[in-house]
Amino acid sequence: MSAKSSAVRIQPRRTGIPYFLIVPAVVFLLLGLGYPLVWQFITAFQKYGLAQQFGKPPEWVGFANFAELLWKGEFWAVLGRSLVFCVVTAFVTVVVGVGMALLMNAVGRAARLILQISMLLAWAMPVAAATTVFIWLFDRRRGVVNYLLDAIPGVDMNRYDWLGNPATFFLVASVLIIWMSVPFVSFAVYAGLTQISDEVMEAAQIDGANAWQRFTRIVGPMIRPVLSIVLLLQLIWDLRVFAQITLLKDAGSKSGDFDLLGTYIYKLGASANDFGMASAVSIIVLLITLALSWVYVRDLIKEDEGR
Amino acid sequence: MTVKLGRILLTVLAIALAVVWAFPVYWMVNSAFISTAVLQQFTPHFFPGEYFTTSNFTGAVADGSFFGALGMSVSITLLVVAFCLVFAFLGAVAISRFKFRGRKSFVLALLLIQMLPAEGLFIAQYKMMSSVGLLNSVVGVSVIYIAAVIPFTIWMLRGFVAGVPAELEEAAMVDGLSRFQAFMRITFPLLAPGLVASGVYAFLQAWNEFTVAVVLLPAEAAQTLPLWLRGFVQASATRETDWGQVMAASTIVAIPVIVFFLLVQGRMTSGIVGGAVKG
Repeated sequence: MSAKSSAVRIQPRRTGIPYFLIVPAVVFLLLGLGYPLVWQFITAFQKYGLAQQFGKPPEWVGFANFAELLWKGEFWAVLGRSLVFCVVTAFVTVVVGVGMALLMNAVGRAARLILQISMLLAWAMPVAAATTVFIWLFDRRRGVVNYLLDAIPGVDMNRYDWLGNPATFFLVASVLIIWMSVPFVSFAVYAGLTQISDEVMEAAQIDGANAWQRFTRIVGPMIRPVLSIVLLLQLIWDLRVFAQITLLKDAGSKSGDFDLLGTYIYKLGASANDFGMASAVSIIVLLITLALSWVYVRDLIKEDEGR
Repeated sequence: MTVKLGRILLTVLAIALAVVWAFPVYWMVNSAFISTAVLQQFTPHFFPGEYFTTSNFTGAVADGSFFGALGMSVSITLLVVAFCLVFAFLGAVAISRFKFRGRKSFVLALLLIQMLPAEGLFIAQYKMMSSVGLLNSVVGVSVIYIAAVIPFTIWMLRGFVAGVPAELEEAAMVDGLSRFQAFMRITFPLLAPGLVASGVYAFLQAWNEFTVAVVLLPAEAAQTLPLWLRGFVQASATRETDWGQVMAASTIVAIPVIVFFLLVQGRMTSGIVGGAVKG
């Protein structure tokens, strides 16, 4: 007997109680997210610049903000860069995470514990602290990364400026994000792996399945639901990186070539005071996120009802 | 024989990866205990050894804005944890113990809202807070944080409430307790681990948050610890970066988080991936 069906039985009649219970949460959600969401949506269709901030009423411009973005090379560059960054980072995170989970599953208890503790450390680091540490690791002159690479015979990395050019800047950002996100993926996948009983694996082995066949035929299907959710979450999270990029830009360059969607919105809104355009870009980010989340939420609800 | 060799190789690989993964955290702590004068030599020191000093910590804390930022972070975090726990508890009871019109849409909204990126909303939140005069205030930021954290805490607590069989309450009701009494005496005490886990989750979110803080707390006098850390790096970047102090500052920001995180990580993994992983 599941908790759910008994919850229905205990309910004798319709009451207003549940509504009272959710009111406080709903009030905060409407205030903190609902209202901004609506404002953002409206503003995306208005001309809302510096003059409007000083009291001039905003003017409706329809899709003009979006049309202007279409013609902006800068926007397409930022969008493209963000999508590539997000897909590559999320994909590598999941691959490395699955590898780590398989490794945790394969080694003895002591080695597993050591690996888990070191991953928990990385996972627990606050974004601001982690990014600061990476800036120090990759510091041009005294960073330990350059020092170690330079120590390899034939490699000259002395004073290499990682944050100075876009390609290596995003490489550092990606490594940082992968470092921080892999633990979540591997712990989730590892939890899935421990559900697979040893008997099933042994039986497959006796039937002559080799390691690869066991992986693709048994392990793969078993962890697929976890994998798809984890990959989606990484895509959603990596699309909107802001803290890491902002902090790395502090240490590197202010140039627009180093912007992703999050910092681009911030630049349009907070620095250029063009709230209309900033809102238009926000709406685009929200739509992409929502499209991705929808898949995730659908899966979660299916899981919830399936119990 | 080859099986054994393979296992040894895998163990070596696991330990090597563990070292690589822990290295940035190690490097932060290591650098925090070495004086900047020594860090400025071009050869890194892999252990503080004879250069061991705690002056970076005293130096970072002596920086006038540290205690202000600490106070800011502590008050925001306390507010967020308190409000989220109470409201999320009520919400979780509503969706796991009652059937009501709109329940499904409420649950759906909770899940979708969790996915909303702060970066997609911060312009509007800035505008809203500035129009009611709540920029640079504890209250302004807390309202946004509470809204952002509540959906997940409700979702997390829902699992705990649903995990206590309603039959237990029914039995108590048969024994003459009212429904409310039965809930408070039977179910509530069993929810303690869930409340602790959700509380720590809210703590971590509020303590670490950076994006909304950057936007809603532009004044230097209203920084939280992550912003203080950023300002610290920026301020020292104008001269020669004082990496010793910056790493000490990072360590100060990270330590409480690492401690609390270790307490609840299991709950969080299973919570985040929902029912997909039964950990």
